[in-house]
Amino acid sequence: MADTPLIELRDIEKHFGSVIALAGVSVSVMPGECHCLLGDNGAGKSTFIKTMSGVHKPTRGEILVDGERVAFTSPRDAMARGIATVYQDLAMIPLMSVTRNFWMGREPKRRVGPFRFFDFQTANRVAMEAMREMGIRLREPDQAVGTLSGGERQTVAICRAVHFGARVLILDEPTSALGVRQTSKVLATIDQVRKKGIGVVFITHNVRHAMAVGDRFTVLNRGQTLGTAKRGEITTEELQDLMAGGAELAELEGSLGGTV
Amino acid sequence: MSESVQPSAQGAPGQPPERDERVREVSRFRKALVRPELGAICGVILVFVYFLMVARDTGMFSAEGVMNWGVVSAQFMIIAVGACLLMIAGEFDLSVGSMIGFSGIVIALLSVTYGWPMWAAIIAAFLLAMAIGWVNGFLVIRTGLPSFIVTLAFLYILRGLTIFISISTTRQTIIGGVKEAAEGDWLAALFGGKILGGLFVWLADIGVIGKFVAGTRAGQPVIDGIPMLMVWALALIIFAHVLLTRTQFGNWIFAAGGDAQAARYVGVPVNRVKILMFVFTAFCATVFATCQVLEFGSAAADRGLLKEFEAIISVVIGGALLTGGYGSVIGAAFGALIFGVVQQGLFFAGVESSLFRVFLGVILLLAVVLNTYIRRLITGER
Repeated sequence: MADTPLIELRDIEKHFGSVIALAGVSVSVMPGECHCLLGDNGAGKSTFIKTMSGVHKPTRGEILVDGERVAFTSPRDAMARGIATVYQDLAMIPLMSVTRNFWMGREPKRRVGPFRFFDFQTANRVAMEAMREMGIRLREPDQAVGTLSGGERQTVAICRAVHFGARVLILDEPTSALGVRQTSKVLATIDQVRKKGIGVVFITHNVRHAMAVGDRFTVLNRGQTLGTAKRGEITTEELQDLMAGGAELAELEGSLGGTV
Repeated sequence: MSESVQPSAQGAPGQPPERDERVREVSRFRKALVRPELGAICGVILVFVYFLMVARDTGMFSAEGVMNWGVVSAQFMIIAVGACLLMIAGEFDLSVGSMIGFSGIVIALLSVTYGWPMWAAIIAAFLLAMAIGWVNGFLVIRTGLPSFIVTLAFLYILRGLTIFISISTTRQTIIGGVKEAAEGDWLAALFGGKILGGLFVWLADIGVIGKFVAGTRAGQPVIDGIPMLMVWALALIIFAHVLLTRTQFGNWIFAAGGDAQAARYVGVPVNRVKILMFVFTAFCATVFATCQVLEFGSAAADRGLLKEFEAIISVVIGGALLTGGYGSVIGAAFGALIFGVVQQGLFFAGVESSLFRVFLGVILLLAVVLNTYIRRLITGER
C-alpha cells in the first residue's frame, strides 16, 4: 500500500444555517483499500459523501487528493479528479438499455461526413468487455436496465465508474435494498474493484456487510467521527455498539436475545 | 488498473444457469412486444383493413383520396414529431396550438399589413416562436413547476395575444392576401410549393392517375405535385428519428426524461436538452403554421385550436410514455397517420363525423393501457 492516501479529508465541518451537519470529520482512503463508513440515519453520512464528491462545499476543513489541497466546485470537478459516486437508487435509468446507461454522458462517436453518430457497435462491445472483466455476465447489451435485478444494476453502475477511470469509488448504501444473494454479488464486485488498486468508500449501516469487505471502519455519529479502526482491531459487536450509541442498544440486545 | 482479475471468482454464484434459461424462454416474445411502435403499427394495419372494407368504392384510395388523407396525416405528423421528442425528454407543451395561430398571424401581419418581404416575415415568425419555446423551457426549468402548468399558461397568453394583436392592427381576426404577398418568394416556395409536378403529368399521360375533364384546369392531372408540407413531415420524421436513436444527443433526450437527476450525476446537460426540445417543438409548430398560411392564403387568430392535444394523442398512440424516457418518432408518425386516416376516412365512409372523437377517446385509452403494460414489462415494477 502506498503512503499517500488517494483522498484525505481533514476536520471537515459542514453547517446548513444553524444546523451543524458535520462537526470535524476526518477520513482517508488508500489505494486498494475498502474504507467503510458506518453510521445510523442522520449521522451525517450523506452530507459527508456529498462533500467528498463535490456536491457540497465544506464550511471548514480541507480535502487533499494525492496529498494536494483541492476545492471541488462541482461533481464534475470531482469526477475529473477520479472521484466517482454510485448512488443507491439513482445509479441507472431503468427504461434505457445497458449500453445507453453505461455510456450516458460520454457516448462514443463515429463520424460520417459532417455528422457524428453514437457508435453502438463499439459501445456494446466495450461495455460488455468491461463487465466481463469484472465478472458480470449479462445476456445482451441492449436489454433495458429495468430487466436487471437491483444487485446487477449496482454492479453495472460500479463497472461504469471503474471503466471511466475512477480512482476513488464512493458507494452510497449499495446493499441496503438488496436480498442476500444479490448483496454477496455486490460485495464480491467491491472486492474486485479493490484488487484493481482503486480506493473504495463503502457507506452502509449494516455492520455485517461492512465486516465482509472492509479494511478500515469509520463510525459517524451525530456529525462526528467516533474513531477509525483497522480490520481485526474491532469486532462486529463493538462496531454495532459504536454506531447505535452503545448503551441503549446493549440494553435492547439483552431483551431481544441478541438478534439486533 | 492493469492488474489481472479472475472472472471465475464470481458471476457464477449470483447467476445460476437455470434462471438464465427461464428468462430466455419469454424473451423473444417480450422483445417483439417491448417496442414502442408496436401498438401503432397494429393500429395502422387495423385502420387500413377497416377502411379498405367499408370505403373502398368511395375514392378514398384513389390518387386524390390518398392525397387528401395524406396531407391531413402529414399535418399531424409535423406537430407530433416535436411533441414526441419533448415528451421523451420528460415534458409537455400545451401551447402548440396557440403557437400555430400566433406564428400564422405574425407571418400574415408582417408580410401583408406591414409589407415585409415574405422570407423576412417567415424568418421573423420562426425566431419569435422559437424564442417563446425557449421561454417556455426556461420557466419550466427555473421554477421547477410541471410543464403542464407553465405551457397551459402560455396556451392562454399566446392565444389572447394573437387575437389582440390581430384586432388592434387590422380590426379583424383573419388576415388575407398572403398568397399574393408570397408570389415568387424563395422561402415561401419551401413551405407552400409543390414538387415532382412533372412526375404527375407523366403519370396522368400514361393513365395511372386521372386528369380534370372540365373547368379551368381541364387536361391537367388531378394531382399537381407533392405538397412541401408532406416533404417537411418526412424530413422532420427522419431527422428526429436519427437524432433520437443514433446520436449522443438522442441518448441525452432519453436520459433527461428517464431520470433527470441520475442523468445530471453523470454529466448530461439536462436543462439544455429540455429547453432545446421546447424550442424544437415551437419550430415544428411554426412549420405547420407557415405551410397552412401559405396554403390557405390567409392567417386566422383561431387557427391551431386543440392541436396540442392532437399532437400528444398521436405521440401516445405511438407508444411514448406520458412520464417520459420512452417512445419513438416512428411510432408517433404512425399515430399521426392513424389520426389522419380515420378523420378523413370516416368522411369518405359517410360515417357521422362526431363519432371521430369517440373513436379518438377510445383509441387513446387503449394506447395508454398498452403502454403502461409495456412499461411494467421493462421496468419489472408491479
